Amino acid sequence: MGITRRDFIRVGGLGLLGLTIIPGRIPTALQDIVSPGTNQQVRTSRSDSKASRWRFVVDIRKCIGCGRCVKACKLENDVPLQPEYNRTWVERYVVNDSGEVFVDSPNAGIDGFSADYLNTKYQNLKARKSFFVPKLCNQCQRTPCIQVCPVGATYHTKEGIVLVDRKACIGCRYCIQACPYGARFLDPRLKVADKCTWCYHRITRGLLPACVEACPVGARVFGDITDPESTVSSMTREEPTAVLKPDLGTEPSVDYIGLDKVIR
Amino acid sequence: MSEFIYPNEALVEWDLLIVVYPYITGLVAGSFIVSSLYHVFGLTRLKPVARFSLITALAFLLVCPLPLLVHLGQPQRALEIFLRPNVASAMSGFGYIWLMYLLIVIAEVWLVFRPDIVRRASSSQGTRKTIYSALSLGVSDLSEKSLSIDRKLIKALALTGIPAASLLHGYVGFIFGAVKANAWWTTPLMPIIFLLSAVVSGIALLMVLYAVVTKIRKEQLDRECFHSLALWLGGFLTLALALEGLEVLSMAYESDESWPAVSRLITEKIPITYLGVQFGMGSLLPLLILGIPEIVRLREQTKTTLRFGAAVLVLIGVFAMRWNVVIGGQLVSKSLRGFSSYSPTLTGQGGILMALVIMLLPFIVLALLAYLLPPWQEKVEPPRQRKLSF
Repeated sequence: MGITRRDFIRVGGLGLLGLTIIPGRIPTALQDIVSPGTNQQVRTSRSDSKASRWRFVVDIRKCIGCGRCVKACKLENDVPLQPEYNRTWVERYVVNDSGEVFVDSPNAGIDGFSADYLNTKYQNLKARKSFFVPKLCNQCQRTPCIQVCPVGATYHTKEGIVLVDRKACIGCRYCIQACPYGARFLDPRLKVADKCTWCYHRITRGLLPACVEACPVGARVFGDITDPESTVSSMTREEPTAVLKPDLGTEPSVDYIGLDKVIR
Repeated sequence: MSEFIYPNEALVEWDLLIVVYPYITGLVAGSFIVSSLYHVFGLTRLKPVARFSLITALAFLLVCPLPLLVHLGQPQRALEIFLRPNVASAMSGFGYIWLMYLLIVIAEVWLVFRPDIVRRASSSQGTRKTIYSALSLGVSDLSEKSLSIDRKLIKALALTGIPAASLLHGYVGFIFGAVKANAWWTTPLMPIIFLLSAVVSGIALLMVLYAVVTKIRKEQLDRECFHSLALWLGGFLTLALALEGLEVLSMAYESDESWPAVSRLITEKIPITYLGVQFGMGSLLPLLILGIPEIVRLREQTKTTLRFGAAVLVLIGVFAMRWNVVIGGQLVSKSLRGFSSYSPTLTGQGGILMALVIMLLPFIVLALLAYLLPPWQEKVEPPRQRKLSF
């Protein structure tokens, strides 16, 4: 096992060196993707992060289901490429005339939804509406996963991000059971729990999460909610937003715009 | 409607080993409570199995962390649960509850078997003498005064053991019942259901073991004791069945957004193990069988055979209950739109062979314990009543 993410961040956060090296680490596959997300400002850094509260906004109305976010995430975070291990994924919802709901997420959406068999799958359905829903860790403020971890291997950073300490996780998988969103999995190589960190190693350096960078339509927006000038602030101020499974009281930090009642 | 599960749900993470774990724990709690029925509540009819039930509890207790340990992704970090527990986690209590209970059971076993240990230490020679002298911990006082102190201590330990046993198994139920993300698990009834089914399975195990061991020893089964066990089994089984039924009934009646998925789980995904084995074959049928000898006039041997059969069915039924909770709960997608699937592999870390080995271990430990600490006391013939003659 190599160095953990925490070590990596600790070392990398020492100086400007980190800021100059990290952009070079963005996988080349992403560099030719023109991303409207890149003009989003992230004003947080490790020094003033105590006051910041990061927020993630997903605009369902904009998502085109291209799957680039899933691919970018897997490359950036070295997530196993098999479809049952995901830090983020995209679901497709189709509602027909009689109100029946059809959901799929082939290969977790990494290849998009433009394949022939996916295009024709619902062609005899009298589809009334359809939308794509990107999912990721909600970085809940009242987290069931942190609560159940028997050894405290998963924890909140001071910015409110939920991380897993790979050196402490015992692999009991209680957190996977406790997460209502299916956001966690057991890394088959390391045998420890893994999940989306909103690219903690990037955002602590003023960079955007890889999925936000890769999104060609600006459906994923990331920023500091305490900064009134940030995009997430203005979006959550001006648009009606909702969170997933609010009745469970987990207080997610991902706000959805255009969340339909059929989305779970 | 189409079938959908979250992509990460394709793998069922808690496998057969996690089914075996609450099964073994339940057998511990159940057999301990049988011994306490005698030691605390003075049910003298259960005396023939009181000592045996105690070492049975110990044998299963020693093995019960094993399936958890084998299941861990990082077994070498298992002790972290003791060293850096997150007190907010129900699971972090396992190590402490288990250890506390282990100490209580070991202390009680020592006190109960002390006279035998001391007698063997003085009557045997060589290695055996060394072993028994060590086991006696240097205490060889068997005076009436000393034994009466022992009896008081045994009663106190058996008494504290009851809440400890309840805690140990209620805790296992809590592990599942407190997961609000899981529609099939989340109910405050879960700890009580686990507790009752634990007692049920423990009594059934003792009946089966008692009958089998008596056969092997070519001894006579104490029918009164066996009958008494059967009655206790019937009583606890009725309670367990009622609660398990009420749980699903209230889910169906409340009919919240998860009910369509849960009802499909019961009727389409686990109907055989749930409706068939857990409720039908493992609860209703044994209740019926246990009822027959109470109503119909039968030969004593037939009654014993029927009760034995009921106990075997109950043991299978409780295993099915563990399966239905642990596996069943994970089959329902948290999207409530579909189901994952699971069938255990034969080999591998969580395979059938591994589960069988782990299930076999407590019996081997029990055989060793029974060899070391013979649980069967020589029958004391009751003084024959002389016929009154005038």
